[in-house]
Amino acid sequence: MILASWLDTVFDSFWGPTVFRSIGGLAAVLLPAGAIVYLYLFKMMSFMQSRLGPTEAGPYGSLQLVAEVGKWLQKEDIFPRKADRIVFAAAPFVVLMSSFLLVLVVPFGPDAWFVNLDTGIYFALAVSSVSVIGILMAGWASASKYSMLGGLRAAAQLIAYELPLVLAVIGVVIQAGTLNMQDIVLAQAEGEIFGWGGIGNPFILTQLLGFFIFMVAMQAELTQPPFDMPVAESEIVTGYMTEYSGIRFLLFFIGEFATAGIFAMIASVLFLGGWWVPGLDPDSNWFNVLGPLVMFAKVIVVTFLIFWFRITYPRFREDQLQKLAWKILIPLSLANIVATGILKVAF
Amino acid sequence: MSEFLRSYLVVAIFGGLGILLVGAFIGLAGLLRPDKPNEQKLKTYESGVEPTGSMWSQANIRYYVFALLFVLFDVEAVFIFPWATRLEAYGLFGLVEMAIFVFILLLGLVYAWRKGMLKWV
Repeated sequence: MILASWLDTVFDSFWGPTVFRSIGGLAAVLLPAGAIVYLYLFKMMSFMQSRLGPTEAGPYGSLQLVAEVGKWLQKEDIFPRKADRIVFAAAPFVVLMSSFLLVLVVPFGPDAWFVNLDTGIYFALAVSSVSVIGILMAGWASASKYSMLGGLRAAAQLIAYELPLVLAVIGVVIQAGTLNMQDIVLAQAEGEIFGWGGIGNPFILTQLLGFFIFMVAMQAELTQPPFDMPVAESEIVTGYMTEYSGIRFLLFFIGEFATAGIFAMIASVLFLGGWWVPGLDPDSNWFNVLGPLVMFAKVIVVTFLIFWFRITYPRFREDQLQKLAWKILIPLSLANIVATGILKVAF
Repeated sequence: MSEFLRSYLVVAIFGGLGILLVGAFIGLAGLLRPDKPNEQKLKTYESGVEPTGSMWSQANIRYYVFALLFVLFDVEAVFIFPWATRLEAYGLFGLVEMAIFVFILLLGLVYAWRKGMLKWV
């Protein structure tokens, strides 16, 4: 009884839930990142290349991540003499901050969310470009030719693929009629496909082209192969991360895979129905418990696609990469917007 | 404080959380790592040979052109989002208006295309 009343007072104030949410935010950023790196980068990639991957640290190498972090923590922290020290040190902060701002708008259940912003997806698209600033800072401040080229390539690629990403989302926004992420999930749960509401309307069914464009643009935004020109190791070492060593290098990596997980969450909310399962009642309280698990399952599926493509395809050349964005994806996504608009007004 | 401002306070807190996490990692590493700098370690990396010339080297002008094109379409997105949420209410009128807007922007892309701006080499 005392515990219950104490919990009531804590959760009635602003700071109680906020502390709870901050812990949840840390978990939502770090857990998918760890799961992705172990499952896909260590294990699945190895099996696809006919090798075993890590096996020594823990059962099936499951403690490899702990071993890796322990190793990186002990590495010397080197600031190159010519580097711009302040900007060089600040860059990893900016990149990780962008991941944390991105996870904010993702809903995990009917009442399980960090912030229920009305601008939801718009906010997410805006803060996703903050990481470009961090990458440009890293590239410029390193005072290395490789870093400079890597930073410029990253910026050119990220802004080119930002457009198809944004324009693909507009199709979903037209169908849902709202920017709020929570309402987008509900719009899918209560939606109808041309008057038939049997399984609601997961937007992957009615926005298949949008989903395709979103996945391709997402792959490029995450600078995963085949879109890894900014970190092309055979040409420019590791691009903008070349001069970073030890824990700062690892932080860029954590940022990369955390953002992959969060983008997968956003893709699941926009196209796969988020925490909702087709056929079930979205008002059920069970979704507060099941929602995060459903989300995690969908994230695993979407990230599987990302890493499957990553491992399968060879790298694009810089001009091919820009051509795909400007000449194919952007006209396609504009056509998608017009088609969705016409169908929305007609039906 | 209003509900609206409160939700943006959470935004600020999450931004701080990112900074805190990075700070904690770097601080923890500071307790464990060695610190023995020497001239070779601090040199800019250029695949093992002596680095030459300015490190802030010249870059292709194309990067700048693409940045300009990006601004064109990003501004477009700002206008399309509010329209997209209210399309049901605007109906046919809104659809025709936005078709004209998208067409004008498309002309910009076609112009850049015809001028050869989208070719890399």
